[in-house]
Amino acid sequence: MPVIDLANPARFLSFVNRVLPWLAAATIVMFAFGLARAMNAPDDYQQGATVKIMFLHVPAAWLGMMGWGVMSVAALGTLVWRHPLADVAGKAAAPIGAAFTLICLITGSLWGRPTWGTYWVWDARLTSVLVLFLLYLGVMALYWTAEDPGRGSRAAAVLTLVGAINIPIIKFSVDWWNTLHQPASILRMGGSAVDPSILRPLLIMTGAFTLLFFTLFFAAMRNEILRRRVRAMRLMQAQSA
Amino acid sequence: MNLGPHADFIVAAYAVTCFIMAALVAWVVLDYSAQRRILGDLEERGVTRRSQRKADQ
Repeated sequence: MPVIDLANPARFLSFVNRVLPWLAAATIVMFAFGLARAMNAPDDYQQGATVKIMFLHVPAAWLGMMGWGVMSVAALGTLVWRHPLADVAGKAAAPIGAAFTLICLITGSLWGRPTWGTYWVWDARLTSVLVLFLLYLGVMALYWTAEDPGRGSRAAAVLTLVGAINIPIIKFSVDWWNTLHQPASILRMGGSAVDPSILRPLLIMTGAFTLLFFTLFFAAMRNEILRRRVRAMRLMQAQSA
Repeated sequence: MNLGPHADFIVAAYAVTCFIMAALVAWVVLDYSAQRRILGDLEERGVTRRSQRKADQ
């Protein structure tokens, strides 16, 4: 099936129905493998066993930002091409991205207490991730509370594109400002500074989190398409009454 | 497996992550069955979408 065919909601539904069980199975296998590797990873020479929180915190942070990236592409599709599936994608990705960002904030806080001696500090990295979470809540509020779904979607798309400015701020905050949060240690010039015995489980867990994201994202898109069908049918019912 | 003196923080991080992920999965699964049920009810009452009517004609 050509990729362009997936722009048709009915064909997209049939594609999701076929792909979703495989994606869910791959997610479970990847998590089982990743967790086994993460639990057997050696302790860090400075942080001890608390380094195990990294296997949750870092993938959640990446997925939180990737979720906004997916929504930004969808927002362009909504505003420029007015494609209904783009709108569906934006609305479906928002709660999932928000959940991953929340995981990032909570696990970061639980990692910060034994490592830094505090749960929270208003440094640039932590604050910009909190802003990302609040932006997610704002977009969800626009999608879910607008009386006219079309206007709500366009407003959410505009907020998404404006909020995209925050993504490079999160990424480079540790370089631009003096922060308690450590600088980049994985994706950086000169290669990763993390030992392979810790980096490998981290990459497997990142793969598992990414698979989970897309499993939930496709399932949420399917739900949203069905919800719009229900709305269309209720409107037809009201018109013919 | 020895989680050291900060075991509470590690266990709490994994528990919170599990809870949020389980909530996401439950939301998606329950929402799907709810939408399917409503669609089924509407179809039983003979309500169809405009595009479906055109396809039937």
